[in-house]
Amino acid sequence: MKAVRLALRTLLREWRSGELGVLLLALTVAVAALTGVGFLVGRISAAVALQASSVLAADLRLGSPRPLSEDYFAEAARRGLASARTARLLSVVFNGDASQLANIEAVTAGYPLRGRVLTAGEPFAQGTAASGIPAPGEVWPASKLLATVGAAVGSQLTIGAATLRVTRVLISRPDQGGTFAELAPSLIMNAADLPATRLIQPGSRVSYAGLFAGDRAGIEAFKAWLTGHRRDDERLRDISDASPQVRNAVDRAGRFLSLASLVSVLLCAVAVALSARRYVYRHLDTVALLKTLGATRAFTLAVAALQLLALALAAALAGSALGFLAQEWLLRTIRGLLAVGELPRASLTPLALGFVTAIAVLAGFALPPLIQLSRVPALRVLRRDAGPPPPLVLLAFGPAVAVVLGLIYWVVLEVRLFGYLALGLAVFLAVLALAGTGLVLLAGRLRGRVGVAWRYGVANLSRRHAESVVQLVAFGTGIMVLLLLGIIRSDLNSDWRRTLPPDLPNYFFINIPPAERDAFIRFVQAQGARTTRVLPMIRGRLTAINGQPLAAAHRGERGEEDTLATREQNLTWATELGADNRVIAGRWWTAADAGKPLVSLASEMQGALGVQLGDRLTFDIGGERIETTVASIRKVKWDTFQPNFFIVFAPGVLDAVAGTYMTSAYFTPGTSRTLAALAHRFPSVSIFDIEELLTQVRAVLDKAALAVQSVFVFTLFAGLTVLLAAVQSSRDERRYESAMLRTLGASRGTVLAGVLAEFITLGIMSGLLAAAGASLGAYLLTTRWLELRYVFELTPWAVGILGGALLVATGGWLATRSVVNQSPLSTLRA
Amino acid sequence: MSLEIARGESVAVAGPSGAGKSTLLALLAGLDAPTSGRVFLAGTDLTQLDEDGRARLRATRVGFVFQAFHLIPALTALENVMLPLELAGRPDARRAARETLALVGLAARTGHYPRQLSGGEQQRVAIARAFVTRPAVLFADEPTGNLDTATGSRVGELLFELNASAHTTLVLVTHDRELAARCRRSLRMEAGRLL
Repeated sequence: MKAVRLALRTLLREWRSGELGVLLLALTVAVAALTGVGFLVGRISAAVALQASSVLAADLRLGSPRPLSEDYFAEAARRGLASARTARLLSVVFNGDASQLANIEAVTAGYPLRGRVLTAGEPFAQGTAASGIPAPGEVWPASKLLATVGAAVGSQLTIGAATLRVTRVLISRPDQGGTFAELAPSLIMNAADLPATRLIQPGSRVSYAGLFAGDRAGIEAFKAWLTGHRRDDERLRDISDASPQVRNAVDRAGRFLSLASLVSVLLCAVAVALSARRYVYRHLDTVALLKTLGATRAFTLAVAALQLLALALAAALAGSALGFLAQEWLLRTIRGLLAVGELPRASLTPLALGFVTAIAVLAGFALPPLIQLSRVPALRVLRRDAGPPPPLVLLAFGPAVAVVLGLIYWVVLEVRLFGYLALGLAVFLAVLALAGTGLVLLAGRLRGRVGVAWRYGVANLSRRHAESVVQLVAFGTGIMVLLLLGIIRSDLNSDWRRTLPPDLPNYFFINIPPAERDAFIRFVQAQGARTTRVLPMIRGRLTAINGQPLAAAHRGERGEEDTLATREQNLTWATELGADNRVIAGRWWTAADAGKPLVSLASEMQGALGVQLGDRLTFDIGGERIETTVASIRKVKWDTFQPNFFIVFAPGVLDAVAGTYMTSAYFTPGTSRTLAALAHRFPSVSIFDIEELLTQVRAVLDKAALAVQSVFVFTLFAGLTVLLAAVQSSRDERRYESAMLRTLGASRGTVLAGVLAEFITLGIMSGLLAAAGASLGAYLLTTRWLELRYVFELTPWAVGILGGALLVATGGWLATRSVVNQSPLSTLRA
Repeated sequence: MSLEIARGESVAVAGPSGAGKSTLLALLAGLDAPTSGRVFLAGTDLTQLDEDGRARLRATRVGFVFQAFHLIPALTALENVMLPLELAGRPDARRAARETLALVGLAARTGHYPRQLSGGEQQRVAIARAFVTRPAVLFADEPTGNLDTATGSRVGELLFELNASAHTTLVLVTHDRELAARCRRSLRMEAGRLL
């Protein structure tokens, strides 16, 4: 109790004397950066998830070949989740005598729970978002369907026993998917009309789905409940099962944001460590005096710890508020850039995490010096040079290392990446420490040859060896991280730009009959559209792996990937390997392999099947059994929107099998007539408009880039705090030396030049090391982790060195301004 | 207060703590500016100069020795002695500094840092730094205050030897009676006034 009273009283006194300002500021900015990034990352990744959910038209989708139990919907309602149902079946749609096989999608009110249905007044036109679903008695057929049967808005279409009126043209629906399981054009109708069609009879093939949406926690809980209650043949999908394109983007964004937030945490730790050092340094006399007056070591430790705790509390509160306001302001400013109208509300989790982290960082970085502080001998009141005994190395660095490792793991939650980062950090610190020592030696050698200001500045670096190394580490880390983010961001951006050029294919054409193939391509090219590669497409089913029937081995609990293996496959054969395909195991076939039963698998398919090179896969293609050998595994870049297949055969194996062709092409917007003509000329060709899907992908990438940039701003602030804390920690000595120089006749300009020389040297060294570290880090991260191509650039080096010198010199000058103006009189009073 | 110190004179200033000895020294050396009145140093009116002007004057005409030595810890003994020469823009700083260090008996310690020197050695470096510019006036603030008696008296001896050979004006604030007795004139201050 006595300790608490003394701690608070002296805390107030020191606050009034302005001593605590820097420590509090460092902690506050640290917490602000951390919580700000936390809020921002949380909200943007929620927005990204929301965007990705639209591909499922829900957060959670339960598919079944049988009508779904009412219990599921009752349970969802009980949990406050939104729900809707769809039933999908294939049926022929008639307009008088004209008919077309269509994919009938009967939906209930609320559909889609995520994403938008786009409709228009005429086929292939620009769609606008529909509000609601078709009213009973109405249908929204897709452009292709309408064009093929020669109908228009207002026509009456017959579906089964019911006749329904066309009120809008369906342009796209969110869950049409990036795969081509459905070849027939879609038609959306109201589920209430389904009984009147009498299409659902015993034995008819209908896919039922339950759609569910709500807040993340509610969905997670419901997903767990559903997993426990669903029947074996009911299939559960959530965002992580969404199309590979969107999944890729979300994955990248999430990983990158977590990396960015990790960096802020580490910078904060450095700032706190520097501030704590200064705090301890300034309290050596006070503690010695307290001990002289009879205070025990435990008591002095308690007083100091309580003061730091009070500071941590104050900083956590102020910092959290600041962090929240900063991200709120940032999001408001950039709201126009986001496709989602309203961002999800911020969760309060970052507050708790920020608080816990503040305490953890203080415990790791401030507690060891505090313990040292309590060991200062009372003798110091008589002999100023009497300091505490040297600390145990384990005690001095153990907690800091433990906290840093803990924080890294907590943020990345991935063992391999954790290993990379931790190792990289250790190497980086070791290199910086070595470089610091090198600097001391080099400065000692070189400083005889430069003018007085530079000699004095550089000599300062040499003398404050340990401090210089700490500052090198801090500035080096800060600048390195900024550079690393910069390099990776531009890599990501340019890679995304490369993969998503403006004339990316926006239409897929499936079911092109072999006889019409050449005519079709001529027709498309005559319209000024550019087709991509044209691949044969053959339906087949995988029946056995290494002679073992597939059904038993691969119908399990794992959701999509099992069906990836067991559903009917689209197969192709090709001679050339596409530029968007990379063989990661085995080899692509040569001309000599033509006619051999070899297959190449996409890595996703390999994962789903659990097979290796050389394994035998047996296919049933049109009733014929073909046994093949896995010759290569490919990594496919799905987001190029080129025709790609999970399973590719060697040429000469499937040539005789009856199949069709597929391709993709880019049509400039507003070519609805052309497409209507195409649908009419080639009625059997299925047309897929992927413009809407592309828009979704672009929006996701946009958000990711945006989040990255905003996090970048927070990291910059964290770096500046480190700089401030570092400069502040040497303030007293600087004040004294500056006064001394002025007494000896140095002008203000000379003293300033000395300070600038010191910080410029420090900045250049930090920039140099940071650029080296960032280039290496960027190389590892882009090639190993983001799986992008790494291009070495000199720009980061120039930016690092110039920026480092400028940043550190400006920061140093601002922080030492008052020191330079120190009156020489104080040397007499010292 | 009116005080005139002639060229080449040695003056001791004594008095209790808080009497204003250090303030007098600060005013005489141009470390501080008086709120009223004027101070002339070697013919220059200090009150007419701004801070940087006074700094330039100090660099060429004034030397200092402090009780706490006040060496720059980042610089070696040689570099500390070179500092005032360099600030005055002298090209032969290194040679002159070496000679002066030899003069105070520290020729073998030029590469040492202040923390590697004893108290007496540090004060000798400080004295070398003060004399290296051949200043017109040397101000010493309790130069032996931080030293034991034997070292203190050797340092005092050195101070007067150099003073005699360089014809420097010496203004000494000291409690050391022995040191004060060696000065040509002794002043006593109390409550801001000369007695």
